[in-house]
Amino acid sequence: MEIGIEHYLTVGAILFSLGMFGIFLNRKNVIIILMSIELILLAVNINLVAFSSFHNDLVGQIFAMFVLTVAAAESAIGLAILVIYFRNRGSIDVEDINQMRG
Amino acid sequence: MRQALPNLISVYPELLMAVGAMVLLLAGVIRKTPSIDRLSRLSVLLLLGTLLVLWLLFFRLEGRVVTFNGLFVMDAFGLFMKTLVLFGSIAAILISGPYLKEKQISNYEYPILIVLATLGMMMMISANDFMSLYLGLELQSLCLYVLAAINRDRQRSSEAGLKYFVLGALSSGLLLYGISLIYGFAGSTSFDALALAFADGAPTGVVVGIVFVVAGLAFKISAVPFHMWTPDVYEGAPTPVAAFFAAAPKVAAMALVLRVLFGSFPELDEVWRQIIVLLSVLSMTLGAFVAIVQTNIKRLMAYSSIGHIGYALIGVAAGTEMGVQGVLIYMAIYMTMTLGAFVCILNMRSRDGMSEQISDLAGLSERDPMMALALAILMFSLAGIPLLAGFFGKLYVFLAAVNAGLYTLAVFGVVTSVVAAYYYVRIVKIMYFDKPVVTFERPESKSLSMVLTITAAVNSPLSFILIGPLVQWAAVAAGALVP
Repeated sequence: MEIGIEHYLTVGAILFSLGMFGIFLNRKNVIIILMSIELILLAVNINLVAFSSFHNDLVGQIFAMFVLTVAAAESAIGLAILVIYFRNRGSIDVEDINQMRG
Repeated sequence: MRQALPNLISVYPELLMAVGAMVLLLAGVIRKTPSIDRLSRLSVLLLLGTLLVLWLLFFRLEGRVVTFNGLFVMDAFGLFMKTLVLFGSIAAILISGPYLKEKQISNYEYPILIVLATLGMMMMISANDFMSLYLGLELQSLCLYVLAAINRDRQRSSEAGLKYFVLGALSSGLLLYGISLIYGFAGSTSFDALALAFADGAPTGVVVGIVFVVAGLAFKISAVPFHMWTPDVYEGAPTPVAAFFAAAPKVAAMALVLRVLFGSFPELDEVWRQIIVLLSVLSMTLGAFVAIVQTNIKRLMAYSSIGHIGYALIGVAAGTEMGVQGVLIYMAIYMTMTLGAFVCILNMRSRDGMSEQISDLAGLSERDPMMALALAILMFSLAGIPLLAGFFGKLYVFLAAVNAGLYTLAVFGVVTSVVAAYYYVRIVKIMYFDKPVVTFERPESKSLSMVLTITAAVNSPLSFILIGPLVQWAAVAAGALVP
């Protein structure tokens, strides 16, 4: 079987949906949310690189590099905020993040 | 075409800000006891300098200049939005001092983070390609996540930061997925190339991509159903940070919505109009009804800002040059109204500390008539009572909607603004007719009074003088975006 662009896009779409479900269905731990966000960004990268090779155009690969860099910065900041939160609250359960409602 | 260096003249304001922010950061690191006051003053000077360079430059360049191989554009639309954003950031730094002292937040990074976030916003506004759009957006968002959690010893602030981070990162993910689809099905990420690509209809993949991109941007402007972070972040974040969030980033994100929809998909207005109309109707309804039951004034302002974004989106939905002009006028007026209201919240300081309860405003007219008058003007303006600035904002977007044939949407906007007027007028009633409970001791600060006086003055009936030039300037800016 020839592996074409549609296979890459399917993998990307599946990873993206897994990330989405991971954020909304997960009731346990904020770390899992961070992992899901990472998964979403990786799905985007697969899409970008697949399209880039399909179009024979380098823009997509450069874009993927930028996404990787920003994702690293983003998780660094996310983990830092998480540490602060843990120090104040003593827990990182998703269900405990409920000081403000309405 | 190919040069050793791209044309750098049109990015001088951004360069100045980037270098200035790094110098300030260095100054903060090298000093043993960096003073947040001095760094704030320097940051304000830096932003004012940027504003000056921006204006001088614009008169030299004339017209639309594209540089960095089409990644960056400088035009009249960018000038308008950047001026607004810079004013919003300057005001945010100016009003922060007393609050930071009161809460003993001494992180000298505070003003520098605002400067860096502003740099991100300026890059967003000038983006002419999805790549530069994404980088600007992330520079802004990463700074804002940290700002929301800047009061690290307080649980609410860190919770606000965490919520904002998770939902912000999710929205960036949606946006990026949409961008990847648009890139794949159109073969380019440049707005100029995309604008030419879809003269005769678009493939389904691009339509799906547009939906994802609009959803991602709707998070940033907090349009319903992507608004859930707004009330919590406004309530939990320190008040001056919430004021900043309500002003500059909203303006920048709205500029992005306009730039993407009118700059890259002008031919596909039938596709995105339906989404924008839906977002607009939902935002106006939720903003009008949910705000009624709020007791915390910061939450009330959050729902108010959601409602106002709904009205601004009416102008986007119109899809015409007049609509864009209406949005620009609306965002300019909205920014002054919301900043003024937040200054009043910062002034709500009693002996037991800062208050955020609406009921504590009771009898303010006896205790502090000047602040009561200013807040009353701002509330009437937010409600859109004729003769005040807020009315003109609404007038121009509704006019644009009627001219574009969106009668139902315009009528809906009028109805919800009548409902919303209830909770604004209720605050005025509480201030003027209820018995006083607490006495506020306004923080001694010239900059707070100055920002409050200016915002209240431009929203008062004096706005008659200012509205003419604003409308003309917005027309020039809108003309630069919609050919």
